[in-house]
Amino acid sequence: MTETTTAETSNEVERVIIRFAGDSGDGMQLTGDRFTNASALAGNDLSTLPDFPAEIRAPAGTLAGVSAFQVQISDHDITTPGDAPEVLVAMNPAALKSELHRLVAGGTLIINTDTFDERNLDKAGYDHDPLASDDLDGYQVIRVPMTSLTKEACKDLGVKPRDADRSKNFFALGLVSWMYSRPVEPTLEWIDVKFAGKDLVIGANRAAFNAGHAFGETAELGDQRVVVRPAPLQPGTYTNITGNIALAWGLIAASRLSGCPLFLGSYPITPASDILHELSRHKRFGVITFQAEDEIAAIGSALGAAYGGRLGVTATSGPGVALKSETLGLAVSLEIPMILVDIQRGGPSTGLPTKTEASDLMLAMHGRHGEAPLPIVSANTPADCFYMAIEAARIALTHRTPVILLSDGYLANSSEPWLLPDLASLAPIPVEFATGPNQTNEDGDGVFWPYLRDDLLARQWAVPGTPGLMHRIGGIEKEDGTGNISYDPENHRHMVDLRRARVQRVEVPDAEVAGVEDPDLLMVGWGSTWGAITGAVGRACRAGHRVGHVHLRHLNPLPANLDDLLGRSEKVLVPEMNLGQLSQILRAEYLVDARTVSKVTGQPFTAAELDGIIREALDV
Amino acid sequence: MSDTSEGVLQATTRADWQTDQEVRWCPGCGDYSILTALQLLMPDLEVLREDTVFISGIGCAARFPYYMNTYGIHGIHGRAPAIATGLAMSRPDLHIWVIGGDGDMLSIGGNHLIHALRRNVDLNILMFNNQIYGLTKGQFSPTSEVGKVTKSSPVGLIARPFNPVSVALGAEATFVARTHDMDRGHMQETFRRAHEHPGAAFVEVLQNCNVFNDGAFAAITKRDAREEMLIDLRHGEPILFGSDRQYGVIGFDGAVAIAEVAEVGLEAVLIHDETRSDPSRAFALSRLAETPTTPTPIGVFRAVEHEEYGTGIRGQVDDVQSHEGLGDLDELLHSLPTWEV
Repeated sequence: MTETTTAETSNEVERVIIRFAGDSGDGMQLTGDRFTNASALAGNDLSTLPDFPAEIRAPAGTLAGVSAFQVQISDHDITTPGDAPEVLVAMNPAALKSELHRLVAGGTLIINTDTFDERNLDKAGYDHDPLASDDLDGYQVIRVPMTSLTKEACKDLGVKPRDADRSKNFFALGLVSWMYSRPVEPTLEWIDVKFAGKDLVIGANRAAFNAGHAFGETAELGDQRVVVRPAPLQPGTYTNITGNIALAWGLIAASRLSGCPLFLGSYPITPASDILHELSRHKRFGVITFQAEDEIAAIGSALGAAYGGRLGVTATSGPGVALKSETLGLAVSLEIPMILVDIQRGGPSTGLPTKTEASDLMLAMHGRHGEAPLPIVSANTPADCFYMAIEAARIALTHRTPVILLSDGYLANSSEPWLLPDLASLAPIPVEFATGPNQTNEDGDGVFWPYLRDDLLARQWAVPGTPGLMHRIGGIEKEDGTGNISYDPENHRHMVDLRRARVQRVEVPDAEVAGVEDPDLLMVGWGSTWGAITGAVGRACRAGHRVGHVHLRHLNPLPANLDDLLGRSEKVLVPEMNLGQLSQILRAEYLVDARTVSKVTGQPFTAAELDGIIREALDV
Repeated sequence: MSDTSEGVLQATTRADWQTDQEVRWCPGCGDYSILTALQLLMPDLEVLREDTVFISGIGCAARFPYYMNTYGIHGIHGRAPAIATGLAMSRPDLHIWVIGGDGDMLSIGGNHLIHALRRNVDLNILMFNNQIYGLTKGQFSPTSEVGKVTKSSPVGLIARPFNPVSVALGAEATFVARTHDMDRGHMQETFRRAHEHPGAAFVEVLQNCNVFNDGAFAAITKRDAREEMLIDLRHGEPILFGSDRQYGVIGFDGAVAIAEVAEVGLEAVLIHDETRSDPSRAFALSRLAETPTTPTPIGVFRAVEHEEYGTGIRGQVDDVQSHEGLGDLDELLHSLPTWEV
């Protein structure tokens, strides 16, 4: 046995990518989450990728039940959860079998050997014991009987062995925390708070965590210990935030900035439900949440609330968007401000509920009958969900239109350090309700015309309860101005044009080019691919290649300068988690030879993949 | 006189509640008499027009909002209760009426109807039941009778119909009533009760479609048939009907049945109690007539008080705000672990 290894003698590394993998019931998401938070408090930049099955409890020990959490921690600015993990924690044979292929050659494997019995090997589909074969040659393997060591650590606490077994993820967390010199206090404090009132559970989890930490110190793992220094981030206060929480907070902020109380009508659906959960907790902000009987009622209620002068929002995923399509069309026709949040997931149909995809762009753009255009925005990163929620509200309230905000399963559940904004820097969203007549009739009396418009072509928001402005609106085509039902052919043509023009009036900031401004190759992306494209373009530029990157947060209307930007490069590549939806739009709008780089595996792009694609495109 | 001075209730007349829109139902449609009944009733309800909202779905009945000089939404098929729920939860100051037909509310929108009733959202829901699809020109509806021959059931309808009052009672609606388009007084009294009820009020209005299903209710609603065929439920009174009130409703075999009072004695006749918490008796009453060709109860089947949904939801918000204070955005952003760089 070696003596305790101190930080001074450990190896420093710039970054490390760790993947925790185990059975769905092993608590891997929680383990990854705790490690992430400890790393955030240690000042690292980080990015996470939770990767779990749709089943709540798939049969224990099977490949289908493997749940994983990948995190990259770094001493510099990073934008992705990393390409391939350098460390893999495998809590059982199934986790080893399903995740080993991801590990880099020579990477470190931390294996809970207690689970490698015949039954578990069989369930994982092994016809041999990989620990006793040459399967793991070429990796640094750390074999730890985590289950028995955890039970041993808990035995004097009066915890039943079966219950102690459930704390083994904390053993793994303790061990990895030691290996990466994470502070232990935040995790121990978190255990106390999380399991308050359950003293046995607190005791078992603390004991397991400490035992894992001590195992690192006392076993001959000294050369495994590394330090990842804090990243030189911009000064300020940071928090580690997931996309769905940031999005929910953005909606609350938008409600504050506009003075419109927030109403969320929603129906539980993966991966959007956390928005409903989070907003349901924040009644102090006057938020009303409504878990409706179905997706249609969810958006219907949001529309009703919006009609009453509220910031009406519905949050869902692809299948829900399909169901809400008719009501969205009504909102377009009624010209009422509201927001639909689509946390995209793999489709079609039920598809891959817990895996990411960004294949609803065309659905957002065209998924309504008739010509029913509406503004579409999307978020780049977890923290960006906060700002884009505010932007969606700004557009909806300013232009009195439904707006679709696109996020995806990856942004929803992954996290990054977020430099908390100065609230004073967030621009107010002015909202004016109609208070009096806006027209004079033949008798000289003031009357209210619901479809009279301002410079933005937006009609007034006249809410019930306002004296003298009683009016009726509906989904039948109406005469511009008066809002009376009209089947007149010319009026319909006028209204169809007008609804498009209304969307085109939305003020969109110019797109910016990252990397080289007049590149040989321009990468154009939208949504969560931002991290991987940014990483890959950064590598290419550092290698001296002339590559640029435009990332679109406004997808309808598109930035006015996009035409010019696309024209600057001979080659345009569009990495998308679909079969080429944005590139189809770019080709149609700009007659540009935009080439699709497609990934539809339920996993986000890695920077390494795009790095390879860039090199191929540049022939270097 | 009208109520244009801001927020102050002044006397109104029917004309104040009418719009300048040409009413476009078929001549002779039962919807006209319902519209008239409601327009004449509104001045008596002592509410402001600007605080009144009519929300509808799609169908002939759903044109209703265009003819009421209030706020209104002519929405999409079946969704009116959902839209109205969002508005009612956010705006307790409003009086919200939901108007639709049997196809709108019991077919495409059936889910929204039962959940609005179950939750007890403060809405007055009027369902005009004509047992046919009118606006799409004559297909059977979820309330059409078995064997009905229509364009979409040329050799007769197979499925049994919904009884709307039974459906509403099954959803444990707190206010359930039935009226018909041939009796303005009865309609007005029923609508008034619906308006006064705190929570979801469901009213089935038997309504004649003189183009596609003429006379569907004639056997019970025509003037000379009513005494024998309509059982007018009155709270606290024995359930009697007939020209000499010679028939009564009695408990029978776990349900209810019609008997001659002379045979069973007045003491055997049930006293109607609309406030019974258990909806079974009201449900049994709703099953008395399988089709509108035999004696059919009208009036208020059930009127009980339960917490109104929006009141409960807003109460939770108020509670949290009064105990924990108003939300502070900066505090929210700092509510997860933070660190300084």
